[in-house]
Amino acid sequence: MSELQPVSTTAAGPAGGEEKIPPSATGGMTQATMVKKTAPKTDYKPADVSPQRRVQRRYSVRLWSIRHSRLLEWFYARFADIFLLLHPLWKGIGYGRVETPVKFVEKHVKGLMFDCRMCGQCVLSSTGMSCPMNCPKQLRNGPCGGVRANGNCEVEPDMPCVWVKAWEGSRNMVQGDAILNVQKPVDQSLRETSAWLRVTAQAAAAREAAKKEAA
Amino acid sequence: MNMVTPRPPHPDENPAGIDLPLDPLPGHSSRGRLERVLRRGEFAVTTELNPPDSANPQDVYERAAIFDGWVDGINAVDASGANCHMSSVGICALLTRMGYAPIMQIACRDKNRIAIQGDVLGAAAMGVANILCLTGDGVQAGDQPGAKPVFDLDSMSLLETVRIMRDNGKFLSGRKLTTPPQVFLGAAVNPFAPPYDFRPIHLGKKIAAGAQFVQTQYCFDVPMFRTFMERARDLGFTEKVFILCGVGPLASAKTAKWIRSNVPGVHIPDEIIKRLEGAQDQKKEGKQICIDIINEVKEIPGVSGIHVMAYRQEEYVAEMVHESGVLKGRKPWKREGRADDQIVADRLEHLLHDEPTQQPVQLVEKAAR
Repeated sequence: MSELQPVSTTAAGPAGGEEKIPPSATGGMTQATMVKKTAPKTDYKPADVSPQRRVQRRYSVRLWSIRHSRLLEWFYARFADIFLLLHPLWKGIGYGRVETPVKFVEKHVKGLMFDCRMCGQCVLSSTGMSCPMNCPKQLRNGPCGGVRANGNCEVEPDMPCVWVKAWEGSRNMVQGDAILNVQKPVDQSLRETSAWLRVTAQAAAAREAAKKEAA
Repeated sequence: MNMVTPRPPHPDENPAGIDLPLDPLPGHSSRGRLERVLRRGEFAVTTELNPPDSANPQDVYERAAIFDGWVDGINAVDASGANCHMSSVGICALLTRMGYAPIMQIACRDKNRIAIQGDVLGAAAMGVANILCLTGDGVQAGDQPGAKPVFDLDSMSLLETVRIMRDNGKFLSGRKLTTPPQVFLGAAVNPFAPPYDFRPIHLGKKIAAGAQFVQTQYCFDVPMFRTFMERARDLGFTEKVFILCGVGPLASAKTAKWIRSNVPGVHIPDEIIKRLEGAQDQKKEGKQICIDIINEVKEIPGVSGIHVMAYRQEEYVAEMVHESGVLKGRKPWKREGRADDQIVADRLEHLLHDEPTQQPVQLVEKAAR
């Protein structure tokens, strides 16, 4: 019964045992170093320490997307137009009913291309086709000040900084200066919903409002 | 009768009496001294208080006292490096109580937007006039790597949130505030990390989000900082924001190497380490390097001040500020009055003299009479 004990937050071993808290740091060593040193030895050491677990082991597809941000920008503009054209269809069937299949496709396509995290409020067009939700700090207005000299992430040393890549990607894009806009904080209540459908519904509403104004 | 020489008037005190809080000035968004000093065009000096791992207020008072008369603002850090210490709100409560001018740091790592907006109101009510909006280091850097990183807002949206609270008198939700917080808004920039060409533009984004002053990361590479400042000047940002250059002494070559490889975002060139290694007294040399850097950056157009981060070497801050002569003979005001100081004084008066007893039994007797 007692073989599975919760692990304490200090990573020094299971809670409730003897001598679990790492000794206090002395001169020349920080407490953080002490904590790391006293952590139990194990053969299994996952490289990704951030709670934003990576969805893929390598970043090659993500980086390809950023290199081809201009192409993807062009493609997405056409794609969004088609989705908007289909608005009567979505409305006919009901946005609620098409959500499941559209979300399935969106999640897997964007998951493959950008390591999408389904925040439901896609800003790829403003971030050089580099998904900001892959940043361990989930910065929407990055980069942070911790970028390593080689351009890699402070939290995950072998991952290129999402925002360094975003800046590179945005330089290839026609509307790349959208990276200069200050993005609103993430609305957590929209997680795991379809950004495609949301954008389409909003664009359709805007189009109707414009039509009404013209009439 | 002995003559009392009148104290020369200080620009940062209320002419009606030094015990009174400062009056608001036109065009100022806070009543704080830091904003006054910067807007007057004087070279400002801010520093950082090493937060104690203790529940004793005396620790904070002692650590603040060594900056007396040398700095215009004291940063109350919010678990810097993701290491747990006394909270910035707590330090600010103690510092404002003593009449210091703290700069409250808010890191997005530990609190969501609900907690942060509440803290902003609480801090402003205590008399905090300056807020520095940070993203915060990742939890992996600190002593509790298993903690849940929040990062609900980022530094940019945090700036915007506080600006909306101040200027529009509203929470993010749109709910009205009866008294908006009057604060001078700050942000941090790091010109020494990639992508270098984006950094000045990123500063512009922070200005657009609401930054009125910025403090930079440790500057050990002056040419790199100069390039950054040139770009910022070309883009017209130095007119819109006060830039305080971050400086600090390195205790030894060993510490410098440790910082370089362990503290995210700090860039220390090899020449600095070589210079430290070649010195007889490395600690003294570290201090001298810092003074040299201060003397170089103060001449760069657009630099409005310095932010001295002397972690565990706080006693040198006064010395370095003095030796570099950045204050040009100016004496930063030490303590200031708070709006509610009179209430506190009255209460003490009341406790000491008016009501000698508060024993429940006697209170009941008194009420029965």
